[in-house]
Amino acid sequence: MDKKLKETILNPILKGNPITVLILGICSSLAVTVQLKGALVMAISVTLVTGLSSLVCSLLRNSIPMRVRIIVQLVVVAMMVILVDQVLKAGEGTYAIDKQLSVYIGLIITNCIVMGRIEAFALGNKPIPSLLDGLANGVGYGLILIIVAFFRELLGSGTLFGLRVLPAAYVPNNLVILPPFALILLGCIIWAHRAWDKDLQEK
Amino acid sequence: MEYISLFVKSIFVDNMIFAYFLGMCSYLAVSKNVKTANGLGLAVIFVLFFTLPINWVLNTYVLQPGALKWLGPQFAEVDLSFLSFIVFIAVIAAFVQIVEMIVEKYLPSLYSSLGIFLPLIAVNCSILGGSLFMQQRDFPTLGEPLVYALGSGIGWYLAIVCLAAIREKMSYSNVPAPLKGVGITFITVGLMGMAFMIFMGIQL
Repeated sequence: MDKKLKETILNPILKGNPITVLILGICSSLAVTVQLKGALVMAISVTLVTGLSSLVCSLLRNSIPMRVRIIVQLVVVAMMVILVDQVLKAGEGTYAIDKQLSVYIGLIITNCIVMGRIEAFALGNKPIPSLLDGLANGVGYGLILIIVAFFRELLGSGTLFGLRVLPAAYVPNNLVILPPFALILLGCIIWAHRAWDKDLQEK
Repeated sequence: MEYISLFVKSIFVDNMIFAYFLGMCSYLAVSKNVKTANGLGLAVIFVLFFTLPINWVLNTYVLQPGALKWLGPQFAEVDLSFLSFIVFIAVIAAFVQIVEMIVEKYLPSLYSSLGIFLPLIAVNCSILGGSLFMQQRDFPTLGEPLVYALGSGIGWYLAIVCLAAIREKMSYSNVPAPLKGVGITFITVGLMGMAFMIFMGIQL
């Protein structure tokens, strides 16, 4: 594999992580992290949508007029999200999760990561690297989602993937389940990431 | 009375930012000073106030299961709700584009202060989120979506102006280097969210 392609795949996962470094796609990422199961489904959905819409937009890149490109991109992304949503609704085990994620599946359309990757990468690159870039960004997003969900489910209900991990004597911390804690936790993850990688610190 | 209750609830209790994290990306990116935050906040109120009722009308008369009954009895079974994402986002994107053109042509002074934020708004989650929540809540008449849109918009406006004011002051304080910028902003928003939680459970 040549070096540039490797860079395309590895960069979004750590050095250019969409959530902690580029601060994109925060909107949906925090609300779905109360439980690991929902976070995992969301991560997979976003990865697929980002990858596939980057691929399609990259194929179309020479025929989209610049002035209306936002609408064209939105339609492509919306189509992908509808596909994902219908698949989730149809699956026996995933229907309950789709209900629990409620509007946030639909909000993948306006997830800044998807649009951001199309604008920044897919419109200027060939289809295959665009697909990989989209998928890698989805994975980078999913990684943070899983980390946040891990702490929130463990401390908030004492379980992981619905299985009890902490002893029954543990009193669940209700603050962890509430929305503000997700923000504080994410702030701490960004703190840790930037303390470890000093190049990312803001002046 | 119900309208007032819905209005207050959508501003404080179901605040777009603190309860649902909607529109977070532009919320964090454009809250460095109060002036630009003000512009974006007003633009969000404006777009939300018009697109949400338009989407309500489309949802009630075209998309819902059985919504096409007015075309004739043979359409009573039609369910187009799987199209709602694409219809909603198309309405929002088209509305934003049209408003941008009109403002550019007739109100150049407003355009120079608001114009740069308008394209950003098409992909602001709070706009699409508002429409999706509207669909989920099944508002019976056109009055509710109007009040809900205005309330959510004001809630978002309030949140971004508050954060911008705090960040302006915070730029003078001594924050640990890795936490500077985004990190401390997240924690600030979290603390603001906790403050907003005192409104939870208010019954009007």
